Amino acid sequence: MSDLNKLGLADARDALRKGDVTSVELTEACLKAIDDADALNAFVHKTPEIALERAKAADERIKGGDAPSMCGLPIGIKDLFCTKGVPSQAASKILDGFRPEYESTVSQQLADAGAVMLGKLNMDEFAMGSSNETSVYGNAVSPWRRGNDDAQLTPGGSSGGSASAVSADLCLAATGTDTGGSIRQPAAFVGITGIKPTYGRCSRWGIVAFASSLDQAGPMTKNVRDAAIMLETMCGHDAKDSTSAELAVPNFEAMLTGDIKGNKIGIPKEYRMDGMPAEIEKLWADGAAMLKDAGAEIVDISLPHTKYALPAYYVIAPAEASSNLARYDGVRYGRRAQLAQGDGITEMYEKTRAEGFGHEVQRRVMVGTYVLSAGFYDAYYNRARRVRTLIKKDFENVFAAGVDAILTPATPSAAFGLGEMTEADPVQMYLNDVFTVTVNLAGLPGVSVPAGLDAQGLPLGLQLIGRPWEEGDLLNTAYALENAAGFVAKPGKWW
Amino acid sequence: MSIDQSTAAKVAKLARIKVEDDALPALASEFNTILGFIEQLNEVDVEGVEPMVSVEPMRLKRRQDEVTDGNQQDKVLANAPDAREGFFAVPKVVE
Repeated sequence: MSDLNKLGLADARDALRKGDVTSVELTEACLKAIDDADALNAFVHKTPEIALERAKAADERIKGGDAPSMCGLPIGIKDLFCTKGVPSQAASKILDGFRPEYESTVSQQLADAGAVMLGKLNMDEFAMGSSNETSVYGNAVSPWRRGNDDAQLTPGGSSGGSASAVSADLCLAATGTDTGGSIRQPAAFVGITGIKPTYGRCSRWGIVAFASSLDQAGPMTKNVRDAAIMLETMCGHDAKDSTSAELAVPNFEAMLTGDIKGNKIGIPKEYRMDGMPAEIEKLWADGAAMLKDAGAEIVDISLPHTKYALPAYYVIAPAEASSNLARYDGVRYGRRAQLAQGDGITEMYEKTRAEGFGHEVQRRVMVGTYVLSAGFYDAYYNRARRVRTLIKKDFENVFAAGVDAILTPATPSAAFGLGEMTEADPVQMYLNDVFTVTVNLAGLPGVSVPAGLDAQGLPLGLQLIGRPWEEGDLLNTAYALENAAGFVAKPGKWW
Repeated sequence: MSIDQSTAAKVAKLARIKVEDDALPALASEFNTILGFIEQLNEVDVEGVEPMVSVEPMRLKRRQDEVTDGNQQDKVLANAPDAREGFFAVPKVVE
């Protein structure tokens, strides 16, 4: 077999089980692809020794005959996940040199299932960004280009390295995390599948915290079946995360029948934004028509508080971040600033955090500090949490009326060029998350499925939003959409 | 609500992030852009609406208040920028 790195999880699993290929062969193909792709800056810490060791162990296990689905499959891990003995710095200077003494629950579950870690993936610093331009490692680059134009494009963010690596076939799949759209937006920008499960499905233990009431891990994969396989391994109750749900994890892959006859799919009118590109509108209408052809009933719905989701998010997420990031003080781990003669502990904190945090992280920590400060807590933070209740109620009303899933665009545009948003004010960048952020605020599962190309040849994605805990049903709807859309485009190799 | 330079300086101090004086005007201006965006929330009628604590109405689990872990001093200190004699070391705090 050639081009083993181009396989998806399901195909590679089946080939491993048949004995057509070994995990070592798959892993070596990926390691070579990674070494050839430094121009994408997707893998920022490579772990070939760990990978080959795990691949050999996986091959033994597969010979034994009862290996789980993920056994022997080479994947990338977002730098936000703590991985034992391997640099884990959330793409921040302040965690320079940090090598955790422990492993995150999600990456441990993947390792226990036999998955092979190839290395750590680039991202926006502390997952704060929508273009992977806030990383201490420099920008991750999309493998996609606008026709013959050689301008570098963003792979999206914050899971930009994961998106770039999966799209460029550097690995079979990757982990991502999603606080406001950080799995679904990059997946849409590079033409892959990404699912954020229901809040509480995946343990957050060992994942560097950004906004604890919104953060969820999820898989970024080459197709919907792969997402189902990998999500099942990532999910499950964990006593170390008090918000992790004590619910059985279904066999998501077995739920992929492609049969969505009689399902009710909602089209929310509030997602039809002013100035939405015609291509996005057409993609959305085409997606609805495909689901209708597959036997679903399409209904118009209203989610009246949609407009207030982004402003509520930009109170709640910075507030939680300002609290979570208080731990980076130059005392227990990471990097401490060089101090001048006579500097006390306050100067140590202030210099360490000024040098260690990048601009966007500083800005969000300070906005969070402001909205939580005495005199503004009610006006900003409590008001935003009340609006969040209303946003969740919008979804509850729609689901109570019998809607099974909601179809929206994944992003307001195709990928933009790296550097093109530099002059824009921060709010312009925040608008990238306009279709995805509601899902985090309501704690719902959301999946991004590649559905077409724009006039410049760049991928566009559609988002499906499901009922809480019904990822299996949601993935089945995504599977039907994937089958109908028949998206097979790949970026031409230039790197 | 408009943020002036002295408020920006106060917020930076509360957040324990050193911001040089010449960077304060730009910082205040960015805060005002973001807060201007957030002001939209004032349009929403939130009378009688409970502020959300958790998306799932779950009760946080409890456990016995007992020691379940420990004796890992070397691991705890392994990543410290400055650790001495089994402790985290910091600049002098008390005169």
